[in-house]
Amino acid sequence: MKIAVCISQVPDTTTKVKVGGNGKSIDPAGVTYIINPYDEFAVEEALKLKEKNGGETVVISVGRDGVKETIRKAFAMGIDKGILVKTDNELDSYSVARNLADVLKEINPDIIFFGKQSVDYDDSQVSTLTAEFLGLRSVSVVVDLKIEGSTVTAEREIEGGKEIVTSSLPVVISAQKGLNNPRYPNLKGIMQAKSKPIEEKQPSFTDNKTEVISMRLPHGKSKGKIIGTDATAVPELVRLLREEAKVI
Amino acid sequence: MSTNYKGVDYFNLDELLSEEEKMIRETTRDFVNSEVLPIIEHHNQAMTFPKELIPKMAEIGLFGPTLPEQYGGIGINNVAYGLMMIELERGDSGLRSFASVQSALCMYPIFAFGNEEQKMKWLPPMARAEKIGCFGLTEPDYGSNPGGMITNAQKCDGGYVLNGAKMWITNSPIADVAIVWAKLDGVVNGFLVEREFKGFGTPEMKGKLSLRASITGEITLQDVFVPEENLLPGVQGLKGPLSCLNQARYGIAWGVLGAAMECYATALEYSLSRIQFDVPIASFQMTQEKLVWMLNEITKGQLMCYHLGRMKDNGTMKHQHVSMAKRNNCEIALTICRMAREILGANGILDEYPVMRHANNLESVKTYEGTHEMHTLIIGEDITGIPAFRVS
Repeated sequence: MKIAVCISQVPDTTTKVKVGGNGKSIDPAGVTYIINPYDEFAVEEALKLKEKNGGETVVISVGRDGVKETIRKAFAMGIDKGILVKTDNELDSYSVARNLADVLKEINPDIIFFGKQSVDYDDSQVSTLTAEFLGLRSVSVVVDLKIEGSTVTAEREIEGGKEIVTSSLPVVISAQKGLNNPRYPNLKGIMQAKSKPIEEKQPSFTDNKTEVISMRLPHGKSKGKIIGTDATAVPELVRLLREEAKVI
Repeated sequence: MSTNYKGVDYFNLDELLSEEEKMIRETTRDFVNSEVLPIIEHHNQAMTFPKELIPKMAEIGLFGPTLPEQYGGIGINNVAYGLMMIELERGDSGLRSFASVQSALCMYPIFAFGNEEQKMKWLPPMARAEKIGCFGLTEPDYGSNPGGMITNAQKCDGGYVLNGAKMWITNSPIADVAIVWAKLDGVVNGFLVEREFKGFGTPEMKGKLSLRASITGEITLQDVFVPEENLLPGVQGLKGPLSCLNQARYGIAWGVLGAAMECYATALEYSLSRIQFDVPIASFQMTQEKLVWMLNEITKGQLMCYHLGRMKDNGTMKHQHVSMAKRNNCEIALTICRMAREILGANGILDEYPVMRHANNLESVKTYEGTHEMHTLIIGEDITGIPAFRVS
């Protein structure tokens, strides 16, 4: 079974990001990068599938040379090989998906996993766009997955409930938290990661369909106010919630 | 502490580390954040070891990882091993002690002094933690002076008969095998004493106010028959057990920095959020002085360990170097934990924060595996040529 996982490198979720001098992207200074947390569920599901059915796992990513570090994290978890479409340009979701689709066409996997979204730009577009470019079935926001023969049964999160859908291989799956518990990279995997191959490719498509014209941080929270410390403050609190904050 | 903890690295010392070394640290840190920190205080209060973590630790590869692959190891270098110890001890000294005993005090002597059959029989299952080991050297009346041990072995048909008692043995109540050091014709030898051997007992020691999330016991040996094939053939004399202690002390020198880092990070965060006289207490010069001292000592301790690890890897490390690192880092780590307690004021004594637990643990760590005083005298002997602990 050929299993592909598309992963993305994102700033550590605990990093305090700053907008860079150009006003259009974040300042990379002092930012530590990690594997997109939703992609860890995708990697884990791919590894589980390989353990059950055999085959080969490959991760694919689009980005700077530094993304190799994230690919090696996937190697340490157990992924077999990697492909990096190397570019220093900021590509939008459309371009990333086009590049991924071009790589995936050559590999022709039985199943392709994505995280449901990357936690940096939060577009949630790349998995479905890629499926569309490949003309493949796609199931998104999956919290449970069963594959019997070529039949795929997936449980999806929907507003206020769950939905069960069936499809068949080959298919694109985007992973939601709850799908599995990603394993810790073990020491053996970490030591083997260096010897696993990362193939570099040039981007096949760089014609972005959207352009970031500005980026800014949200307004800071206004300072809290202590009205009193016992029950006598309640009437004033109610008045302020009603008249100033207008929340009741 | 929150799982937002990113380590302490004021001097950009990460530049001295390889990608693998950093990854090994991260994976151990993730494990500690997710699996250890949420439960450790409960075990500390209940005086139990979190046994449920043992298989997970083995799966990550935390036992005997510096050993070659054919013996169940992974062949990581000593710097990576040290970084791992920092992260484990950031969780709890009891957890790090468990790993130290399994790897440095049990797997190491089997690897270094065992024959091929012993290595193949014990090391792979110990790496998988299917077999737990303990190390019996200290006796009720012989701590810093292990050469005076009373435990003895007598040759008999097909093996040896062991008699004696050991005390302060980490993991003995749950161990499948004990490396027991005993005198055979007056010379210290190592024996693999298995759980089911008749006359072997491991009563648990109760009432500890330190290292509570770690199991400590005695070893009692009453006419225990140990077959010939369970004698460690590769070493005679005190250098056997002392070389094991040297491995364990190496891990301690690193590990205690983890406890210190956790307390420093907790104190820093607390000092920025605790308001007194309308300002965070971090605004006060006396608090800043404490925080800076802590960070300064952690940084010096890191530098000492990083170089110690490189020396261990290239074969130039002397046991006196390990003594200096163990001595210094235990001392500063304990002081840092106590300072953190002071910054946290009354909150510092609550189990809501990790500082009192770490401070209490380090009271033991400072004296086990060679007391502060013994390490002073080991270094003193090295630089003066005079062994002050052999006064008579």
